[in-house]
Amino acid sequence: MSADAEPAPPLFREELAGGAMWSHVVKRHTTLRLTDLEGGVNVGMLLYNADRLSERYNMPDTLKAQHTAFVTKGRVLVSDMGCALLSITEDTAGWHDTLGGHLDAAETFAKYGQRTYQEARNAFTRPARDSFLIELGKWGLGLCDIVPNLNLFSKVVASEDGTLAFDGSRASTLRGAYVDLRAEMNVLVVLNTAPHPLDPTPIYAPKALGLSVRRSLPPGPGDLCRASRPEAARAIDNSERFFL
Amino acid sequence: MSLRTSSLDPRQALRDEVVLAGDAWLGRIQFGQYFRIVDCEGNQAVDTLFYDAHDMNERYSATETIRGQGGLYLTTGTALKSNLNRALLTIVADTCGRHDTLGGACSAESNTVRYGHDKRGMHSCRDSFLLAVAKADLPLDKQDLTCNINFFMNVPVTPDGRLTFEDGISAGGKYVEMRAERDVLCLISNCPQLNNPCNGYNPTPIRVLIWEATAT
Repeated sequence: MSADAEPAPPLFREELAGGAMWSHVVKRHTTLRLTDLEGGVNVGMLLYNADRLSERYNMPDTLKAQHTAFVTKGRVLVSDMGCALLSITEDTAGWHDTLGGHLDAAETFAKYGQRTYQEARNAFTRPARDSFLIELGKWGLGLCDIVPNLNLFSKVVASEDGTLAFDGSRASTLRGAYVDLRAEMNVLVVLNTAPHPLDPTPIYAPKALGLSVRRSLPPGPGDLCRASRPEAARAIDNSERFFL
Repeated sequence: MSLRTSSLDPRQALRDEVVLAGDAWLGRIQFGQYFRIVDCEGNQAVDTLFYDAHDMNERYSATETIRGQGGLYLTTGTALKSNLNRALLTIVADTCGRHDTLGGACSAESNTVRYGHDKRGMHSCRDSFLLAVAKADLPLDKQDLTCNINFFMNVPVTPDGRLTFEDGISAGGKYVEMRAERDVLCLISNCPQLNNPCNGYNPTPIRVLIWEATAT
């Protein structure tokens, strides 16, 4: 199997409804593919080293090492211990937000109103913070383990004075878009499909997400993420050292 | 950018201390008190974390702060929010005009990624934080050292999404002043980084001052 070959068949596939949550340990040298099934999904995501949960995705270290405020193909998602957790080996969406964070329950209900479980059963309004707390709780993690999260498939642009604006024009064009995340360690992925916190759409209408996992090759010397920047290569090297 | 000076007199301050280049500082600021950090010689990054003094599970959150004001840079008027989306302090004066909260703290490990494995041994902010926390026997672990503020540091994000560490816009004597909205614990690393322009390649001292709530 070369980098150009057809990807291996999925080991499993799942579909996650809008507003729902998911977690899984994506094993080293397997690839998690996330697909925007409807166009306009937002995926709030946190990452932890499954073998050492005190190590986690670090937004500043990811950004400053790669001189970028967003992530896309060729970038690595770096931990606070200088290791690549996931490498972005393919991306047809082109921009994933790192700055917006997520809404807590009070902010969510203030923005959208609250559709309760009693009224709506499983279409109830689920705040991103609550989803993170629930999913983290399953792994012995909690509030203090929440760090600035990724928001995959969402684009937020900063003006010269730092004002942030959500790009709502992309949603319909992203139907079928996907991002491939190759695990460089055994990575606990915790995610939910609540709307992006800066999405101005006043109606709570979160979109569905496709997930699949397949085997992939370890990153060789010519790997596209290694080649993208020397910093990315050193982060991958650090992950490999973790297993030596 | 919102420049504003303060009328507080350093001679009236409760605490007035110099933090040398590369050192850590730990201090408590009571509700209503004023807290000033002075960039004594200019272009000095001051890596700063805040915790609720009574419940350290509540701590400064960069994303809540950014989202609360809809923008990336901290200046006069910025509410420094907690992970529970409550104001810990408010910036009430600022003669620099712009402070960073995306750049995080340098660490031995991130130095290996950014500059090479030969830089692992250099002094770093996370080392300062960890030692300060250990010596004070605070109930904080490495994972409680979250995405901090970098006072006086200039990390512009461009509309096309580039992020760079630029030469500082601060200068000797510039300061930022905050009012505590609750009792907070402040942990500072006066950044020792020598590999990028965040300190002008020459880390220098800062001065920290605290005034009573009734000082104004």
